Amino acid sequence: MAPIIKTEGLTHLYSPGTPFERIAIENIDFEAVKGEFIGIIGHTGSGKSTFIQHLNGLLKPTGGRVLFDGEDIWSSKEKTHGVRFKVGLVFQYPEYQLFEETVYKDIAFGPKNMKLTEAEIDARVREAANFVGIGEDLLEKSPFDLSGGQKRRVAIAGVIAMRPDVLILDEPTAGLDPEGSEEILANIKEYHRSMGSTVLLVTHSMEEVARTVDRLVVFSGGHIVMSGTPHEIFSRSEELEKIKLDVPEVTKVIARLREMGLDIPASIYTVEQAKAALMELKGGRANA
Amino acid sequence: MLKNITLGQYFPGDTFIHRLDPRTKLIMTVVYIVMIFLADNFSAYIPVVALLLICVFVSKIKPKLLFSGMKPLLIIIGITALINLFYTSGEELVSFWIFTITKEGVRAAIFMMLRISLLIMGTFMLTYTTAPMQITDGLETLLGPLKKIKVPVHELAMMMSIALRFIPTLIEETDKIMSAQKARGADFETGNLVQKAKAMLPLLIPLFISAFRRADELATAMESRCYNGGTGRTKMKQLKYGYIDLIAALIGMALLAAVILLNIFGL
Repeated sequence: MAPIIKTEGLTHLYSPGTPFERIAIENIDFEAVKGEFIGIIGHTGSGKSTFIQHLNGLLKPTGGRVLFDGEDIWSSKEKTHGVRFKVGLVFQYPEYQLFEETVYKDIAFGPKNMKLTEAEIDARVREAANFVGIGEDLLEKSPFDLSGGQKRRVAIAGVIAMRPDVLILDEPTAGLDPEGSEEILANIKEYHRSMGSTVLLVTHSMEEVARTVDRLVVFSGGHIVMSGTPHEIFSRSEELEKIKLDVPEVTKVIARLREMGLDIPASIYTVEQAKAALMELKGGRANA
Repeated sequence: MLKNITLGQYFPGDTFIHRLDPRTKLIMTVVYIVMIFLADNFSAYIPVVALLLICVFVSKIKPKLLFSGMKPLLIIIGITALINLFYTSGEELVSFWIFTITKEGVRAAIFMMLRISLLIMGTFMLTYTTAPMQITDGLETLLGPLKKIKVPVHELAMMMSIALRFIPTLIEETDKIMSAQKARGADFETGNLVQKAKAMLPLLIPLFISAFRRADELATAMESRCYNGGTGRTKMKQLKYGYIDLIAALIGMALLAAVILLNIFGL
């Protein structure tokens, strides 16, 4: 399948030509096909935020190209503007961008900028609100009267309402309690499942990606250092530790058990897998 | 794009000028401004320019920075010069349509340009070589006597340091909100004036809200650390005059005297 979004030799310098020049990302080759759910992990300052801002044309590459559906997004002004609607980007702490009088109007901001008809805008606002679990009764409220978690979901709905083919979320669960995080992740999964769009999830939480994504991309020092299924990535825990990244807690427990001489696979990354492996081991012993 | 603002920027260093007490630098800046406005012939500007050049040379501030900082103010300087050029009466030089240029006008225009440029560059030298917190500290001490007539000097100084502290934070915040709104298709660049003003709303509202939120949080944080104004408050870094301040004061006085003398005896 042809990739929906692709970067070729993507490089970005901050403040080029000044003494403050700094390489943010260098020579990034990346591609995602339609319907993929990708997790992007990396340490603070590893270049992942810079990278995702290239995918919808907010940052202009210093070198290399960004292709959406096979076409360079910087080839014309219309294309750069248009790609913003096709690649939806939810920033970190998106609740700080809310500005309208009502939740409804705020979610409608994106679709309005797309110059859609009133009826179409209405349909999309309701659909997006539904995806993130914002009820009809909240639509006419002021976004500033909502709770933190609700604000976050309204902000995400504001991007979902554009029905982007690629949805990128920069740490959507940062600063939320476990329950709130769980809900938002479920909303995103639901959007991914029913719309069949590509989702890129940037996160610090290994537990989060372990259970959600098809593929993991690891950033370090402005480069992609690893890419593969969670299974493949988490079995390389030593390499991950070298670039100061963690593996899920349960993988650490398994590693410790292996050190103690238990014969279980190293690549376990969810509690369910661990349980299954341990049960099997126990069963095996009982039989012996 | 908002990161290129140089106004009020501080360039750290460890030169004679950087080490001067902020109070000395503030007083010297006032003396410098007095010199600029006292001087009324070209030779009297020699000591003024000399003082500026000494400061630039000693502080190792790149002259390029002074000029680049002046760029946004060029229009104001230009307009002032033009007004002086056309509206000063005196001996006629050229005359066309409704405009007359006089000898006095040319002189006044050049003087105005010189004065404003020197004024700006001089004050830039103050902010380039003095950390904002030092300036507010210096101001607070210098204006201290005004407390006797119930001027809230400490509160004003505190407001100033808080404002200065939050300029970079707010710039960063603006950048972030702008990107977020652009990601939803907001357009800040095209359209006529009314459309552009309207397009600013999605930027300004979140910015104001976050500024109020920060102010609120800061006030709580200050109160929970028992801040209750200036009375009885001591400082970790006490300002102290040293011998270098004496040297600077002597140089300043000498140059001020030179300006007065050149005013009387010069060209």
